[in-house]
Amino acid sequence: MSYISKPIAHHPALPKNALGLTHREYEGSMSTLCAGCGHDSITAAIIEACFEMDLPAHRIAKISGIGCSSKTPTYFLGRSHGFNSVHGRMPSVTTGANMANRDLVYIGISGDGDTASIGLGQFCHAVRRKLNMTYIVMNNGCYGLTKGQFSATNDKSSPSKKGEANPFEAIDLCQMAIQLGAGFVARSFSGDKRQLIPLIKAAISYKGFAFLDVISPCVTFNNHAQATKSFEYVRAHNQAIGRLDYVEPKEEITVDYASGESKAVTMHDGSHLILHKLDKGHDPRDSNAAIQTIRENAAKGEVATGLLYINEAQQDLHDVLATDDRPLNVLPMSELCPGSKALEGINARLR
Amino acid sequence: MQASEIAARARGRMAPTDINNPKYFHKVVDCQWACPTHTPVPEYIRLIAQGRYAAAYMLNWESNVFPGILGRVCDRPCEPACRRGRIQTSTEVNAKDPSKLNAEPVAICRLKRVAADNKGDIGAFMPDIPATKNGKRIALLGGGPASLTVVRDLMPLGYTCVLYEKDPKGGGLMRTNIPSFRLPEAVLDEEVERITDFGVETRFGKAGMVTSLKAIVDEGYDAVFVGTGAPKGKDLEIPGRKEADKNIHIGIDFLTSVAFGHIKTIGKRVVVIGGGNTAMDCCRTALRMGAEAVTVTVRSPRKVMKASDWEIGDAVYEGIPILENHAPKAFVIKGGKLAGVTFEKMTLTGTDAKGRPQLAPSGELVTVDCDDVLMAIGQDNAFPWIERDIGLEFNEWNMPKVDRTTMMSTRPGVFFGGDAAWGPENIIWAVAHGHQAAISIDSFLHGRPLTDRPAPGATLISQKMGIHEWSYSNDYDAAGRVKVPHADLKSSIRNLRMEVELGYDDKLAAKEVERCLNCDVQTVFTANLCIECDACMDICPVDCINFIDNDDEKGLRKSLRVPAVNASQDLYISSDLKTGRIMAKDEDVCLHCGLCAERCPTGAWDMQKYFYVEPQAAKACLTHHNAYIR
Repeated sequence: MSYISKPIAHHPALPKNALGLTHREYEGSMSTLCAGCGHDSITAAIIEACFEMDLPAHRIAKISGIGCSSKTPTYFLGRSHGFNSVHGRMPSVTTGANMANRDLVYIGISGDGDTASIGLGQFCHAVRRKLNMTYIVMNNGCYGLTKGQFSATNDKSSPSKKGEANPFEAIDLCQMAIQLGAGFVARSFSGDKRQLIPLIKAAISYKGFAFLDVISPCVTFNNHAQATKSFEYVRAHNQAIGRLDYVEPKEEITVDYASGESKAVTMHDGSHLILHKLDKGHDPRDSNAAIQTIRENAAKGEVATGLLYINEAQQDLHDVLATDDRPLNVLPMSELCPGSKALEGINARLR
Repeated sequence: MQASEIAARARGRMAPTDINNPKYFHKVVDCQWACPTHTPVPEYIRLIAQGRYAAAYMLNWESNVFPGILGRVCDRPCEPACRRGRIQTSTEVNAKDPSKLNAEPVAICRLKRVAADNKGDIGAFMPDIPATKNGKRIALLGGGPASLTVVRDLMPLGYTCVLYEKDPKGGGLMRTNIPSFRLPEAVLDEEVERITDFGVETRFGKAGMVTSLKAIVDEGYDAVFVGTGAPKGKDLEIPGRKEADKNIHIGIDFLTSVAFGHIKTIGKRVVVIGGGNTAMDCCRTALRMGAEAVTVTVRSPRKVMKASDWEIGDAVYEGIPILENHAPKAFVIKGGKLAGVTFEKMTLTGTDAKGRPQLAPSGELVTVDCDDVLMAIGQDNAFPWIERDIGLEFNEWNMPKVDRTTMMSTRPGVFFGGDAAWGPENIIWAVAHGHQAAISIDSFLHGRPLTDRPAPGATLISQKMGIHEWSYSNDYDAAGRVKVPHADLKSSIRNLRMEVELGYDDKLAAKEVERCLNCDVQTVFTANLCIECDACMDICPVDCINFIDNDDEKGLRKSLRVPAVNASQDLYISSDLKTGRIMAKDEDVCLHCGLCAERCPTGAWDMQKYFYVEPQAAKACLTHHNAYIR
């Protein structure tokens, strides 16, 4: 933890976005995580993505649970809404917030413990309900805050820093998310911002449940030579199945994607995702193929990264429940509380 | 690899930066690099911050010889170079170019004065002057900063120095051309006498008037140093010049006469012709001698005036109007006496290839009524006293041929420095010339080749004190430049001897020192320790760190997170990292806050203090500097 805060001075030639803001204005306070933590890189990628998308910070809500990962919302988007909730309960809080105000952008931050252990049930139901949010797991395979015990996502082959073997199979959150019906599933690596930033932008613009599993090395407890979630291992075994370009609604598509190697997907908000396939066998719109790609790579000790699965036609929770188009805070009192007569009518129907 | 990347790689690659070359980090300390004598600015600022004024003064004195004087009137090339000025802009409009706001560099010059004002007794730190001389006699012609520096550097080595000065006191133009409301006589006397007290043989006044270089050489000196300045003010031959002679004064002669009390009065209305610093001193002096209306006129637009913008600012603050684009045409004579100056207004027609404004006469004539004219349109060197048959060659501009490195003329044993060498510069350049000339004279008299210049000293030492503790104040202080208190305007513009600037007191100085970015504390990168976690890149407040594919310099400069457009600032390039990329850091606006090193999990970044020592003839004059060198 640094004793000084990040100087407010910035590069005089820093680019500004459509709102006239620099990326510095999307920052939060100083990180208190260990120096070199992968989570800080993901934080920086979220800042960059929101800056590049010209998002007004006050229209974003960042919600988290407990853990190293869940501390990070303090370090980005200092001018957004935030809720640091109970361990594993980020999905419930996000669901409540989203139901009340469907107009905000929801970024849920969780970790491998917060999602794959204590919050596994919450996670499953948020996916199942197709909550319109970006769910980011900062996945380091260990419990950094409590001195590095194995988490549920740590590979069986990956021992602890002191050489202790891991007796259990790992939970693959991407496979789970696809099986449970997530419409957007991607995996990335904190050390590869060129891949990560477009994925975050695509996830934010996706309407429905967008899941991002980001491998984020724990420099203190899980970055040793045998760890499979270390910088070195992930760099050596990263199998990018495709490259993704995020094209803003206002921009023109300049890439020639007709060649068959690239595909364009139009998002709900008018933006486009241009997928450049590196693995010819993989079709990100086929959920079976996506799971197969993940499993085949995992069997070889490789990590498949990139946009694994997308279903751009998916409906979100509000569509499914046919809720009002407007957030609760703009509904007039007469509609929010129609009065005792209306209540009597409802009660009468139930008698 | 993408086709574009393959092409980029084919274009070329930048070689890793060699940080063992003392030049590399020297250049990152912009203030020190810009200073002709390479004074270690950030180090003395830290000493001031610690209240160690005597130590701060001594670092200055060893390097630039006249800290008290320079702390008031230096041309301060360090300040426009200061990195802080690149990241912070004032809300104040620039006096020279009102379309711009002032940059906000650290007030380096004014902090130097703080060290001088508070140093106390530094007698104990003065170099020992050997009682037994080495038998070599040096003549120094002209008692200004160049000659005094040579004396300062050579006396501790046992040389006998004979100082010639036509004026009754030493100091040269520092005494004659800088008015005492900017530089009090007591400050000048103290620093000049500190050197003459080393046991210099002074020939001041009549005895110091040199009329023949041959005669000096014939006296049998082992070496001669010419530091006679550029004493001839330019004149303007336009109609009426002769008739109005009684009321037309050459600027530098006027200032000298005022300094020695030969001129005590001036007319009610004064026109100053010229736009340099001498013009600014002339107009402000005229005001203090009782003139009621003083007008400065320049031929060119205001924004290309030669004067420093802060000197223009001071004149403007005192209510002196500056008429730009006014070319003098004639002196108006009425009743056989000067009555005014007629100017033709110039029109801006465009700019030349170098961006300098091109002017054409507009035909519109303007007359400014006046009683006296001060002419400050430049200075020339004049050497009527140097014989042309003594083996000392002159060039086509009738200037002596002087070697840029050794300061020696074509006559062995005769050296030049200061304004006498290549025309008007300033005090700090004169001091730098003096140091080089002293090295040459010492080599010359010991039979060493003059082209063998002593190597600079340099060290690089980690400043890490704890996990997140550094030996310097690394926290960025966003404060603006602290204003120097001024004497009351009403009384100061009527008093020739009242110093206008009061200087910082210790409290104001304590605020200003925190603005220094400590650019001498370098970000040192060790490539084989880096795990490419991006932490440094993410935390860097000025986005100067990049992990990127190597390319040639042009390509790299363009593809950085923020393109590196300031070509005067180097890129710090690492050797190849594990992924095949490199670390490329643009030094341009680095705040030296140390956060890259704090956020680095492997210690690949470290903050290390770079201390550079510019060599001099006598080690005894560098003891405070050399204490930093292991």
